[in-house]
Parts: sequence; C-alpha cells; structure tokens
Amino acid sequence: MTNVLKDHAKLMQAIMAAGEVVGRKKLQKMIYIAKKIHFPFNDRFQFHFYGPYSEELTTRVEELCNMGFLNEVKEKKGGYYQYRYTLTEPGKEFLTLNEVDMPFLENFFLDMNEQNARFLELVSTVLFFDELEKEEVMNKVFTLKKSQRYTEAEIDEAYQYIESLKTKIQ
Amino acid sequence: MLVPKVLYFSICRKILRNFVLFWYIIEINKVRVIGKGAGKRMTYSMEKLSEEKVFKDPVHRYVHVQDRAIWDLVGTKEFQRLRRIKQLGTTFLTFHGAEHSRFNHSLGVYEIVRRMIDDVFDGREEWNAGDRLLTLCAALLHDLGHGPFSHAFEKVFDFDHEDFTRAIILGDTEVNKVLNHVGPGFPEKVAEVIAKTSEKKLVVSMISSQIDADRMDYLQRDAYFTGVSYGQFDMERILRVMRPREEQVVIKKSGMHAVEDYIMSRYQMYWQVYFHPVSRSAEVILTKILHRAKQLFKENYAFKHEPHHFVSFFCENVTLEDYLKLDEAVILYYFQIWQEEDDSILRDLCCRFVNRNLFKYAEFDPAKEYKKLAQLNTLFIKAGIDPDYYLVVDSSSDLPYDFYRPGEEEERLPIHLLMENGELRELSRESEIVDAISGKRRTDHKLYYPADLLADESTGADIKSQIRDLLE
Repeated sequence: MTNVLKDHAKLMQAIMAAGEVVGRKKLQKMIYIAKKIHFPFNDRFQFHFYGPYSEELTTRVEELCNMGFLNEVKEKKGGYYQYRYTLTEPGKEFLTLNEVDMPFLENFFLDMNEQNARFLELVSTVLFFDELEKEEVMNKVFTLKKSQRYTEAEIDEAYQYIESLKTKIQ
Repeated sequence: MLVPKVLYFSICRKILRNFVLFWYIIEINKVRVIGKGAGKRMTYSMEKLSEEKVFKDPVHRYVHVQDRAIWDLVGTKEFQRLRRIKQLGTTFLTFHGAEHSRFNHSLGVYEIVRRMIDDVFDGREEWNAGDRLLTLCAALLHDLGHGPFSHAFEKVFDFDHEDFTRAIILGDTEVNKVLNHVGPGFPEKVAEVIAKTSEKKLVVSMISSQIDADRMDYLQRDAYFTGVSYGQFDMERILRVMRPREEQVVIKKSGMHAVEDYIMSRYQMYWQVYFHPVSRSAEVILTKILHRAKQLFKENYAFKHEPHHFVSFFCENVTLEDYLKLDEAVILYYFQIWQEEDDSILRDLCCRFVNRNLFKYAEFDPAKEYKKLAQLNTLFIKAGIDPDYYLVVDSSSDLPYDFYRPGEEEERLPIHLLMENGELRELSRESEIVDAISGKRRTDHKLYYPADLLADESTGADIKSQIRDLLE
C-alpha cells in the first residue's frame, strides 16, 4: 500500500476504534494527542484558535468523505453546528485490505472519545507546549485560551490524563 | 603604607574614569548616539542606519531597510543560507525561471509588512507602534528554518521546518545574538509570532492568515519567476485599504474587488503552478531517492561516497549545526555522485532527477481504484520493478478560501470587511465570487510510474503489457 493510502487507513482505523467521533475539533485533538504520545500519524499540526490543528488532517477527512469511506452528518446543536463521523461499509471493506498494525489503538481512542472536546483541547495544548515548564504552560493556557477560562485544577487534571494515556500503550 | 591624600584622589579619579570608560564601551554596543549635536540617544531596537539601504527587487521594485537590527539580521549566516534554498523546490524543472530563493521571498514579506506599518498603520489608534520591530523581524525570519527541498525532506525524515525556525531563533546562532541585542526575551517573542502562539493576534495575522504578507509576496514572486500571468492582483490597493483591529487585519469594503482578485489569483497559482504534475513527478522521485539512501544506510550498504551530510538524518539525531550545513547545492552534489552507485535503484532515481527523466502519470481515483492499485503492485513485483520506489500515488489538495461564522466550530480566521458603519462582515457574505468558491476543496490524485521501464520489453514483456493496459 502506498504511503498516501496508508495515512488514510490509519485515520479510518482510529475512527473505527472510537466507534463514532462527534465534532471536528474533537477528532483533530484526538489524532494530535495520539500522535504526540505514541501513534504513527503523519499529519502536521500548527497552533490555531482551539490549539493544535492540522490542515492536512482536515483535507484527509474531507477526502475520505468524498471517497465514501467516511460518513459525515452535520447537525444543529443549540446555537452551532456539529459533525458526526463514522466509518461506512465500503470504508470497512477498504480497511480489511489495508489495515495498518497499530497495537493499543482501540483502548486509547475509546478512552479519549469519552472525554469532551473542551478537555481534549486543553490536553492537546498542554502537549503542544511540552518543552516548557508546567508554570510556563499554565501561563500559555491562561493567555492563549483566555476565553475558555480553564482553571489550575483542570490543567492538573490534563497532566494526570496524559500520564494515564501513556499507561495504555504499555 | 600610607598613601598621600593627593595621590589617593588621583588613583580614585583614574579608577572612576576607567570604570566610566569601561561602562561606555559596554553600553556603546547597546546604545548609539544619533542625531549629530542633538544629543539624542537611542537603544539598538530604535536605531536607524545613517543612510537607508535598499535592495533592488523585481516584484516590489525596492526593499527598504532603515532599521539597524533588520540590516544586521540580513547579514547573519543563517539568513544568508536562504539564498541557497529555492522557494519552489522542484518547480524549476517545469518552469525554468523558478530558480528564485527563500532569501528573495523573505525580503519581500518583510517589505510588504514594512509598507503596511509605515505607510498605512502608523499613527492609527488600533496599531501599537511598539510592535513595529517585532513584526518586521518575524516577517523577515518566518521561513528561516526551511531546508533544501523542504517538503520532500520533512516527509522522509519526519520533522517540521517550523521547529528549526524556532531552534535557529532561540539557539546559539548569529540571528539569536542580533535579536538578543534588541532586548531580553525578544527572540522568544519573535519565535512565538512565527509559531502563531503569541497573544499579539494582529501581528500574527499580518504574517499568517488568509490574506497576509507571506501569501501576497509568494503569489506575485512565484508568478514573476515562473513567467505565468495568474499571480497578478493589485497589492498596492489591498495595502491601502487594510486596517488594524485587535484580533486581525481587516479590509475596508471599498477594497473588496482587489481582494477577490487576490483570491482568484491564489486559486489559479495552486493549480497551474504549485500542483503542476511534472513538478510533482520530480518531487516524487526526490522523495524516493531520500528514502532509498536512508534504507541503504540502515542496511549497512557500502556507499562509494560516504553520505556524511545525511548521516544524522538517517540516524534521526539531527543537530541544528547539521541542519544548517545542508543546502540544495549539497543535496544536488550527492544526487550527482550517486548516479555512479552500485545500487541500481538509487542510481536510476538520481539519473532521472539530474537529467529530468521523470515518471509519467495517470489519473487515479483511490476510492474506486484501490483494488487496481493492489493488482498493479503485484504485477510490478513480478516484473522485477520495486513498487515501493516506482509506483506512487500523489495527492494535491487546496481550499481557495474558507470561512467560519459564529456558531460553527472552524479553525480558520476569515477575511473581514470593514463596512462604512464600522461593522465587520465576513468576505463571502458580501462577495458573490468568493462565495462561489468558499469552502470548496479541490483534490487531485495521480499515479506515477516509469513509462520507459514498462516500455522495455527485453524482460517480462507479458507482465509489462498487462501493467500498461491497466494504466491506460
């Protein structure tokens, strides 16, 4: 399998492992966290409004929808729109022929999928600044994510969550 | 021993004078006296050159430098290195004029930002004059970490040039010394603007957004050097109607048509130049050369010429020093000598790149044809042609303009028009042309293969014939 399709297959496996992913932002953060901690996703991320974001990943999701391998449902929720992603039958068939070996993927994604997008945004932001001291990371979160009003306790929780995720790949 | 009082005072005076002199020598590096006779003193961050310097530029006519710090940055070896890295990578194999460098482009982005600040923003309430040098430095240095044939290199060796931009700005480099001279913490501030992690969102948006100095320069510059006519738009007009706001630069409604032109020009450039299939073919081969050399190194293959410059890349422990040593001249040297290697794949791929004997391509629909791809893969192996290096799917994708509206979870900051009543309106709500292409991604997949090897029927004629049938 060529590299291009291998990257598509990895993303599809992650969505299949999670069952259903609700929200584009949530999907972005899940892939970033997985990449940062262990899994071989190749999409490149930059810091955007909601933390690490990959234009390449957005493109890949759109391509998979156009290819009929991913199902995207846009629904109105309260004052905003959200998107739900699941694998289609042709998508599953594609995966049977093109599966990539990624041990521990299912547990990892099931766990992240239980968290909300706001918390995953914080976790991914903490990971983005992982070369900084915790105090500096807190400053970054408080200045760059002012509107989210994260608390110190939530930041502590994000650090603990990262540690707990690391145990899932052992 | 008692020292006479007069001598004692004389010694003290000398010590004091030496101390003052010593202090002056240190400070003269930070503080320069300017304005003859006026007695004005200015810090390095405010220091101007005694005479403005200009670079002749084919796109902006002149690039003007008045600030000492900018002049010093241009002279650093890390910035000069950008002269040896082409802006458009392999595009020169399609458009022979596209030999311009990242040095040209970086100066161009700096000049656009300088014009925004000095000619349009200066004196406006929403613009913080104290951010001028920070913005200029970030504009000048935004591509500093690009390596040779960046995109292929990053893919093969799995790194991001932005990490090297940061490492150069914050590391033990000449650039870092100049920035530190401006003030403590200044290098970090510049790095944060470039990484888009700065809280100064207006400054970030001037260099990186859907209408920024980076894009405005590369569209015009790449159009000029490739010789195509698509990249034209009225930049002077856009600059005149830009207005600073807290979160981003906005455009006066009266400038909407100039912005429409800019967006259409971007769309054309992507499909006519950046994604040109022949340039993509060259990049596919370049990527495969790097993969092959890495693979051979890992298998302890005895290179005729030891690939010294690549060793740390192959071993995945690249230092900043190693990285800065690598430029396109070095890469092309290796490609030249690898044409004489014993490994037939490395030799063949290098000959193809150096002599522009590129892969041919066919349209490919991954959703409908992935089974065909698997079939081709098997046939290539049977024909003795390694599909890992000679059968490649390559995708190009672009979104000309995107927007988000309040209530949608999108990540791209849209272009905002400043209406006469002071309200902001998202561009596609006012422009029918932009609305027509907003959020519409175009993707193109192609399958690359060596047509000459498949046409050679001296071996595996039947299998090659089957392959050709599948590819046609």
